[in-house]
Amino acid sequence: MREVTYEQIVDAVKQLCIEANVDLGFDVVRAMQEARKREKSAVAEEVLSQLLQNAEIAAAERVPMCQDTGMSVFLVELGQDCHIVGGSLYDAINEGVRRGYGEGYLRASIVHDPIQRKNTGDNTPGIVHVELVAGDTCTIHMTAKGFGSENMSRLKMMKPSDGIEGVKAFVLETVRLAGPNACPPVVVGVGLGGNFEMSAYLAKRALFRPIGERNQREDAAQLELALLEQINQLGLGPQGMGGRTTALDVHVELYATHIAGLPVAVNINCHASRHKHVTL
Amino acid sequence: MSAKQLILPLNQQQIRELRAGDRVELTGMMYTGRDAAHKRMAETLQAGGSLPVDLAGQTIYYVGPTPAKPGQVIGSAGPTTSSRMDPYTPLLLAQGLKGMIGKGSRSEAVKNAIVQSEAVYFAAIGGAGALIAKTIRSAEMVAYHDLGTEAIYRLEVERFPVIVINDGVGGDLYQQSLDSTRND
Repeated sequence: MREVTYEQIVDAVKQLCIEANVDLGFDVVRAMQEARKREKSAVAEEVLSQLLQNAEIAAAERVPMCQDTGMSVFLVELGQDCHIVGGSLYDAINEGVRRGYGEGYLRASIVHDPIQRKNTGDNTPGIVHVELVAGDTCTIHMTAKGFGSENMSRLKMMKPSDGIEGVKAFVLETVRLAGPNACPPVVVGVGLGGNFEMSAYLAKRALFRPIGERNQREDAAQLELALLEQINQLGLGPQGMGGRTTALDVHVELYATHIAGLPVAVNINCHASRHKHVTL
Repeated sequence: MSAKQLILPLNQQQIRELRAGDRVELTGMMYTGRDAAHKRMAETLQAGGSLPVDLAGQTIYYVGPTPAKPGQVIGSAGPTTSSRMDPYTPLLLAQGLKGMIGKGSRSEAVKNAIVQSEAVYFAAIGGAGALIAKTIRSAEMVAYHDLGTEAIYRLEVERFPVIVINDGVGGDLYQQSLDSTRND
């Protein structure tokens, strides 16, 4: 049984929080550079140029690229032969968030409950999903998820007879309704199958996948590309000001479902698609 | 495509000349305010009270910046989604507010109130918080100190980049984009 300590996790999470908010991933930068070449609209080109310039400033000056430094969401792939010592995994992650957001001068955006809405002051708690996997390592994926885009996400319990065309129509409608509010160009995570909560989880997990990486199932990969093309024909463009680049990518995740159901969840991410991971 | 240069506070003639889609750079003074500050201002007005800042002729920027690092004037400071301010906006326009800066579309009630009061709604580029912060020369908390990042600040800005979304004659850039651009 391999051991990972509480302190190792705290330090790793602190770094993830800071780096995710300061260094825009190369996958996103490359996707925006390529999108800029394809744009015909001067406003769209200008918006993409400013976003790329913004990413450069953030990285060079070690400041967050966006003031909404997000709610911290973690997907932990915990090896079943990995033993966490010195404290709980959840406490360690929240301590890492506290230190990362404090030391990184990141915004505290979390209220302690949805009714009384008092800011916790340190961006805790995060949301932690744990998947038990084979092996003895602990991989922590982190996203700093902004709420401009989170607020525009939707879930629908569709019927099997709606079919894949129904799913496509729901995804397109969601992106269109999100419009400029979700800060396009967006990344679209689609969770297809499972049940009510599983589809939402799959949609979130889809956002951890790097831009350009396709689902390994050929039919799901084709669905991703078809959706991407249709979304980019909506005309919304960067920031909803018109253009060809409404989405940078679409990621679809599948799971088994019930004979009576076709759950579909659409989780939208803004262009500040902040995802980082570390393996301990 | 060069940007139009405007000085804040905006005057009525300048607002009349603005059209949806215009690129503008703003220089001068504006206030910040987002969800919690709007809720409190609306409650104050509904209770017959007066606002802690005079909004007549002024511009409000919907922003909740990150904390400033040592040596910084302000942290990252991009726009937040404007529609959350929609329920309160007609009240503030009635107080003489003339300019709003945020991102995303507005309600029909707000669009109508913008036309009626000859005001203007600009978008700043969402997610460009580090870039926008470079145009902010000073930031001073002036009201609602207890709200932290949601307090009202007075900002001095220089060539702060925005695009006109809703002008004073009913123009709407987001609607125009959806109606006209397939770009193929």
